[in-house]
Amino acid sequence: MSEIDDSQDIIISRDVHKWFDNFHVLKGINLNVKKGEVVVIFGPSGSGKSTFIRCINRLEEHQRGQIIVDGVELTNDIRNIEAIRSEVGMVFQQFNLFPHLTVLQNIMLAPSWVRRTPKEQARESAMQLLKRVGIPEQANKYPGQLSGGQQQRVAIARALAMQPKIMLFDEPTSALDPEMIKEVLDVMVELAKSGMTMLVVTHEMGFARAVASRMFFFDEGQIVESGTPDEIFKRPKEDRTKLFLSQILSH
Amino acid sequence: MTAIEMQPPRLILGPVAWLRKNLFSTWYNVLLTFLALGLLYTLLRPAVQWSLTEARWGVISANLTLFMVGQYPRDQLWRVWLSIYLLGALLGLSWGIWKHAARGFALIALGAGLAFAVIGLLLNSNVWINWLLSVGILLGFYALGRILPARGRSILTLAWLLYFPLVILLIAGSRFIPFLSPVPTNIWGGLLLTLMITIIANVVSLPLGILLALGRRSKLPVVRYFSIGYIELMRGVPLVTVLFMAYLLVPLFLPLGVRPPDAVIRAIVGFILFEAAYQAENVRGGLQAVGRGQYEAAQALGLSGPLTMSFIILPQALRAVIPAIFNSFISLFKDTSLVAIIGLFDILRIGRSVLAQSEWLGTHREVFLFAFFIYWGFNMAFTYGSRRMEEAMGVGRR
Repeated sequence: MSEIDDSQDIIISRDVHKWFDNFHVLKGINLNVKKGEVVVIFGPSGSGKSTFIRCINRLEEHQRGQIIVDGVELTNDIRNIEAIRSEVGMVFQQFNLFPHLTVLQNIMLAPSWVRRTPKEQARESAMQLLKRVGIPEQANKYPGQLSGGQQQRVAIARALAMQPKIMLFDEPTSALDPEMIKEVLDVMVELAKSGMTMLVVTHEMGFARAVASRMFFFDEGQIVESGTPDEIFKRPKEDRTKLFLSQILSH
Repeated sequence: MTAIEMQPPRLILGPVAWLRKNLFSTWYNVLLTFLALGLLYTLLRPAVQWSLTEARWGVISANLTLFMVGQYPRDQLWRVWLSIYLLGALLGLSWGIWKHAARGFALIALGAGLAFAVIGLLLNSNVWINWLLSVGILLGFYALGRILPARGRSILTLAWLLYFPLVILLIAGSRFIPFLSPVPTNIWGGLLLTLMITIIANVVSLPLGILLALGRRSKLPVVRYFSIGYIELMRGVPLVTVLFMAYLLVPLFLPLGVRPPDAVIRAIVGFILFEAAYQAENVRGGLQAVGRGQYEAAQALGLSGPLTMSFIILPQALRAVIPAIFNSFISLFKDTSLVAIIGLFDILRIGRSVLAQSEWLGTHREVFLFAFFIYWGFNMAFTYGSRRMEEAMGVGRR
């Protein structure tokens, strides 16, 4: 492997391996992300794509190799991990909003307790974020009273409230009804255009085509192919990529 | 196409319709209804007749103070009343501020206060003034709670937390406060003793139970195995043995020269030790009901372990097991009758001692019925209040 200059990269992963018991989920992933890039990861289920982005904020632990986020290497040091987590926002497939807190409280919680932002200021920026994702009128409702699309937009606002440098999206639209997917993707497109560094696991190829800087195709724990959306969609090199694309784009 | 607007089908309302639907819908339901009525009449008639004619309810009214407070000094009863007034004030304030969550308890207290005032009047006892005053205080503080500015409201939780130690201080007294002379716990008795044990044991055992439940899920083996061992030990033995152990062993654990606490304190220690294990299992059930996603979401935001526990996991876990926790409260309340075996005079034991008075010989039925209704009434009131609270707190959960 030739030495590459990665001093500009905000996420560096070198030869990352992970096992679930004896099952080898990640088999040597090398994937770097530059500041401001939107990287889309796609691939069949079980290919390790979710596991990989969950390693970036240490929801999963990698067992070999190196992951460096914003200049800090992920080790077992809990202080490092908490510091990185507050710089890296994450949006989950199942939203994972806190059901016992209102929308506003969901968004204000982490800034007030982790960043020690004063209440009034936290509330104000939470309201601004809600306006940005288009649902300021839902501020005082509970998550259970919102539609799936609205909940996912709250989840995005909640992650943004920590003013992260990186946003991770783990299949953000997979649990949504078709008519709600667009409202979430619109927010994500706007976010991408604002210059946010994003790492997105998704099968929304329209989204990828519109905003992705680079795309990575995962299969069986490896990166099979990577490239710009143009390269991936128009000139895929690998047969597995062609087959998978034909399967998800055929209808 | 025009929009279709239709009213839902109308429900038939009214008592007659209800009767027809539920009791007289078919010929065999009519038959069953009359059979049941006849059965009820034959069973209840003698009991009602007895309670209205033969029963000597005088045994209750003559010993009412004894039932309520045991041997508590009669010239110090104002402390008990003050505790009740304070409770009324807090309940009223909570009703005004927390609205629905506290309304059930407040309404029950209001009804009970009025009922006691009426009973007092009927028995020609002066206590009706005290009860009416309590009700007045409750209503007054309700009004105050409605108009209180938001800033003053955060004090309410603190006030509740302070209330319990304050009541203990009021009832027990202290050598250091001139107008609160100490009242040794061995002359506490009756309903007062029952309630004091219930309240103190419950208030202390819940936090202990939470700690034990967290300990049981801890990654540290020492903490985990201690918690498991403790919980399983306490759940594996009857409460009676724990009470005996607390009574006999507490003095042994104290350094020489320290006067062992009296029987009531030892009993309370026993209840706390026992109850904490059960509350731990209740809370553990709640912790298991909180999904992994909640931990992950909190971690992903950079919340530390303790913050995640206190703001995300525990609030949801406790809410999920409110019914189980209240269930344990109720069973502890009933179990307090076991303190009789270590020589304490709870309300049931007072009843037995009243039966020994020569003028009230043979009034078993009256005395035990009275105790029965005291326990039942308190539990009904508590159940009603807590159910209202559950409903109010369930808002937004779906």
